[in-house]
Amino acid sequence: MGKHIKTVAKPYLQAMVDGRGCGECQTSCQSACKTSITVSNQVCLKKQEVKKPARS
Amino acid sequence: MIHKFIFDGVRLVLDVNSGALHLVDRVVWNLLEEYPGLQREELVARYADVYSRQEVAGAIEEIEQLVHQGLLFAGDPLGGSWEPPGHRIVKALCLHLAHICNLKCSYCFAGQGSFGEPAGLMPLAVGQQAIDFLLTASGPRRHVEVDFFGGEPLLNFSILEHLVSYGREKASLLGKEIKYTVTTNAVQLNDRIGDYLDDNRISVILSLDGRREVHDRLRVFPGGRGSYEIVANNISRFLDSHPKVDYYLRGTFTRYNLDFASDVLHMVDLGFPRVSVEPVVAFEGEDYALREEDLPLVYAEYEHLTRELLARSRRGQQVDFYHFNIDMEEGACLPKRLSGCGAGYEYLAVTYKGDLYPCHQFVGRPEYRMGDVYKGIVRDDLRDLFRHAHVYSKEGCSACWARFYCSGGCHANAHAFNGSIHKPYQLACRLMRKRLECALYLQAWRTLEGGW
Repeated sequence: MGKHIKTVAKPYLQAMVDGRGCGECQTSCQSACKTSITVSNQVCLKKQEVKKPARS
Repeated sequence: MIHKFIFDGVRLVLDVNSGALHLVDRVVWNLLEEYPGLQREELVARYADVYSRQEVAGAIEEIEQLVHQGLLFAGDPLGGSWEPPGHRIVKALCLHLAHICNLKCSYCFAGQGSFGEPAGLMPLAVGQQAIDFLLTASGPRRHVEVDFFGGEPLLNFSILEHLVSYGREKASLLGKEIKYTVTTNAVQLNDRIGDYLDDNRISVILSLDGRREVHDRLRVFPGGRGSYEIVANNISRFLDSHPKVDYYLRGTFTRYNLDFASDVLHMVDLGFPRVSVEPVVAFEGEDYALREEDLPLVYAEYEHLTRELLARSRRGQQVDFYHFNIDMEEGACLPKRLSGCGAGYEYLAVTYKGDLYPCHQFVGRPEYRMGDVYKGIVRDDLRDLFRHAHVYSKEGCSACWARFYCSGGCHANAHAFNGSIHKPYQLACRLMRKRLECALYLQAWRTLEGGW
């Protein structure tokens, strides 16, 4: 963190190309008639499975 | 490319091509007006009356560090073009169990459930064939999806039950997993159905527009009576008795309720914090359609909602407003961000007769019929058209800072308003950009305050 700039996120999209795009993630409808308007609120399925708590 | 914006005095800079988000002070904010067009000495001279040489030099040093790290003014990650994978995989189906509905909502895009065609229910054989088609067409993909849709899918609930069992059995033989979702108006959501959905881990999208008077104005029974009482009761009973079910309440806001933040908060205050409320998609001339002149009010309402959700988060109340959720660090990969929904090649809608369309919104537009569940896709031209409709090919997206978050928007809306899936619907684009700014602002606070 600098004096003038605080970086709050650095996903580095350039690194999200090689070896990615497995297609296993949930489909994201872009229309307003279903509840999925954007990909920005999606998570990568592989990472989601690691983080998701077990459902009892 | 960068995008700078101020929200309640907080200055944020999104580096579009890396996805990095920076909180900056006034010095950097000003310098970025002219950086990198002006060199260091020019900037020092330019701001000599405002900031000391040391101040400007220090700020430039921080900017240049980030540039060097690829976190500011990063180059396009793919050099400005992309060729999507040429595979023929279909991984998700929107299964129209019923082209009929028990409500007659004024703003329904589906012609009150029939999609402009004769009403009907999907027979079991068609549904089974659709699942067979999906399991074959998904090739090596392990995770596939079926969304039960309509009309009102619970009007064909017995077929839904059969198809869930059928699909699970068939999928397990192939080492695959089907994720099921049902999108329902909740009118028929009784205890038996609720238990079944929960027991079978089916995600549920429940339509509720918010406050009683807002909901009842447009979401009505065929006789004109509002459905809030029945729907809200059914949803409450269902969610209260199944606290672990995966759900979202989803509503639509229109010109009638530009104060829609109150509707979001109404649903949250009913005890259901997972909410999605989206702008109506309607043509000019409809009284409830959003207009250009409404945008300042809509923007202000999104800001009001943002402040309210921030305050609630700080008090420890978790609200999951779908359109402000953003996963900066572990979100979708770049190929996903470029192609979005995959309608027309990875995702298809199936009518109750078994016809295939690019998505549910294209149903009823005969020129977009792509085939059927028996023969599969016979319109490779359409598949290619949709496959190549992405951020790098859609009109205006290359110049838009939000392109890696919206994926170029909805093809169906683009087609409906502009006659081409390559020309995004601008009103939706503007709303998307505003929502993203709100989401990024919340994300910044979440990070700075160590998560909520």
